[in-house]
Amino acid sequence: MDYINAFWVGGLICALAQILLDRTKLMPGRVMVLLVCTGAVLGALRIYQPLQDYAGAGASVPLAGFGNLLWKGVKEAVDKEGFIGIFLGGFKASAVGISAALVFGYLASLICEPKMKK
Amino acid sequence: MDRKKQQEAYENYVKKKTPVHNLPVNMAKAFITGGIICAAGQSILNYCEKMGLNKDISGGWTSMILILASVILTALNIYPRIAKWGGAGALVPITGFANSVAAPAIEFQKEGQVMGIGCKIFTIAGPVILYGVFTSWVLGFLYWIGKIAGIF
Repeated sequence: MDYINAFWVGGLICALAQILLDRTKLMPGRVMVLLVCTGAVLGALRIYQPLQDYAGAGASVPLAGFGNLLWKGVKEAVDKEGFIGIFLGGFKASAVGISAALVFGYLASLICEPKMKK
Repeated sequence: MDRKKQQEAYENYVKKKTPVHNLPVNMAKAFITGGIICAAGQSILNYCEKMGLNKDISGGWTSMILILASVILTALNIYPRIAKWGGAGALVPITGFANSVAAPAIEFQKEGQVMGIGCKIFTIAGPVILYGVFTSWVLGFLYWIGKIAGIF
């Protein structure tokens, strides 16, 4: 059952983003930025976490989940450390995703030759 | 009069050459592609939780493995093909973020370690991280004020 929920919620978020791509002149990079910011705001409004509890990876794998993760990190750090937590929590919570993308991306650039686009 | 005809012909030409987006079909493709990636993420998440890891660490493992898979598929030139078919379905999940980091790093390696790979690796990741961190900072600041004011 959790696979079905992850599939349809994740798929729905992607399908909605497709409308943005096709119907507006927004470039992929802007859609990604928009999604992360939307996720953070929805997280702060306490809308995203219930969705994630229902859909699991269907809500955490799309980039909106990345935004929610940033917000969750900031909130937890503020609860624990006070003011300085505003500066601490976001990067701490998102560290795995950012580090993995940078490290693996860099390793790939050492190993691979650029390919011609077809 | 001749000018008008010319312009009309040109407008028709532009109309003919502009790719027509079939939105429902593209949405269905994005739905399927994104759904499969999220279901794959769910299987990693379930496996981690079965191994007794807590929720946050399981989420970390899920992101890391999906990113690794995406970078490998990017390096093998397979991810661009998935993205061509799946559109937003391949862009929106964290795998699309990993692809946007790895692809320029590979492409611009000839321009050098610092100005090539070092700068270009952040072409998409930079804005995503900047605005993500900034948005969550603003929200965190409001939350901090709200806590002092006793709202939360």
